[in-house]
Amino acid sequence: MSLRQLLLPYLGALLFAALGPRLSQADSVSTDSTIVMAKDFMFAPTSLTIAAGSTVTWTNRDDEPHTVVSDSGLFRSAALDTNESFSFRFVKSGTYHYACSIHPRMVGTIIVQ
Amino acid sequence: MSEQRPLTSRRGMLKCLAFGGAGTVFALAGGVFTPIDLAVAASEPKGAAALGKPLFVQISDTHIGFSKEANPDVVATLNRSIDVVNALPEQPALLIHTGDITHLSKPAEFDLAQQLFSRLRTAEMHTTPGEHDTTDPSVSEYFNRFGKASGNKGYYSFEHAGVHFIALINVLQFKPGGLGTLGTEQLAWLASDLKGRSSSTPIVVFAHMPLWSIYEPWGWGTGDAPQLMEQLRRFGSVTVLNGHIHQIVQKVEGNVTFHTARSTAYPQPVPGEGAGPGPLRVPTDQLPGMLGVTRVSVVKHPHSLRLDDATLA
Repeated sequence: MSLRQLLLPYLGALLFAALGPRLSQADSVSTDSTIVMAKDFMFAPTSLTIAAGSTVTWTNRDDEPHTVVSDSGLFRSAALDTNESFSFRFVKSGTYHYACSIHPRMVGTIIVQ
Repeated sequence: MSEQRPLTSRRGMLKCLAFGGAGTVFALAGGVFTPIDLAVAASEPKGAAALGKPLFVQISDTHIGFSKEANPDVVATLNRSIDVVNALPEQPALLIHTGDITHLSKPAEFDLAQQLFSRLRTAEMHTTPGEHDTTDPSVSEYFNRFGKASGNKGYYSFEHAGVHFIALINVLQFKPGGLGTLGTEQLAWLASDLKGRSSSTPIVVFAHMPLWSIYEPWGWGTGDAPQLMEQLRRFGSVTVLNGHIHQIVQKVEGNVTFHTARSTAYPQPVPGEGAGPGPLRVPTDQLPGMLGVTRVSVVKHPHSLRLDDATLA
């Protein structure tokens, strides 16, 4: 492991410490992306809270294909094969439920604040 | 409801072991299945002719596009299944594919599947889609190629040899966290389709997901299937065919015989075993014995149907 790899998490923490307070401001728009992985027939994390304006990226780490389909019809991915990803940017605050259309018992929730 | 146990003679059992578990022949008379081991049936020279005229072949879950460890070459195993069908001494008039033609609903996968199916000697092919065939938003890839018979609705019926066939679709209206769904529109259509039909008409119903609850935690069932069964109750001979679970499960309930087919691509675990219903990796030499096709024949035409399961072993 290189020195850079060792230091990266600390740099990240420093960066977060610097930007963190700004994110909590009501008028701030985050462009942070968060990864939710479909693996072993589960979305992990099952429930995710993000700031409005954030982009969520789902990456399939399973052998089986999965989809990301919102209950309201707001977003819908194609069938994602292993290691394929789908991203969606959440503009409005609210609670968004979604499921995998191939394995409908796989469900998840995005809470946008 | 009764559990089925294949009838095997000792001689037949030994042959069956030699075949590596070739499959099971089903004779249906008066609404009750009599399963006979395929190896036993094969050992009777007059067996095939005595058991009835071949009516149709069921194949399922070809998953063209799948290339993972459980079966890196699904084209080869489908080709072998097609060879088995083409080699039948008497060619059935119909072939029914109970869905998951493709793995990811991609145009190239559908095109390849159609190209492979074109080698079938069977005159007529009927299909119903699986959830792997319908992941594109408008389901146009499936319907553009296979939607003609149903007017892009996915459900339709037709007659053949005095048997009424009903194709149903239960993969379009998933309730998140729930099972497959037929929906009120389709159930209403079915009621009108069956209205005035004689109760002595043999009925074959086929859909992708099981039309009976095999294992709900994995979604192996259809939520409103009881309403379907209510409509079918008055008929003397009903055969319900499904795919989806990549293994043979059978049940006889009154006059209704339920049958799920093997996949031609890869096996799946038995209900409840492991984290979920993913591809089951088995040693390469065991794979052919877990893939296969189902053949249905008319016995004592037109009141009885018989199912044969053949593996690729």
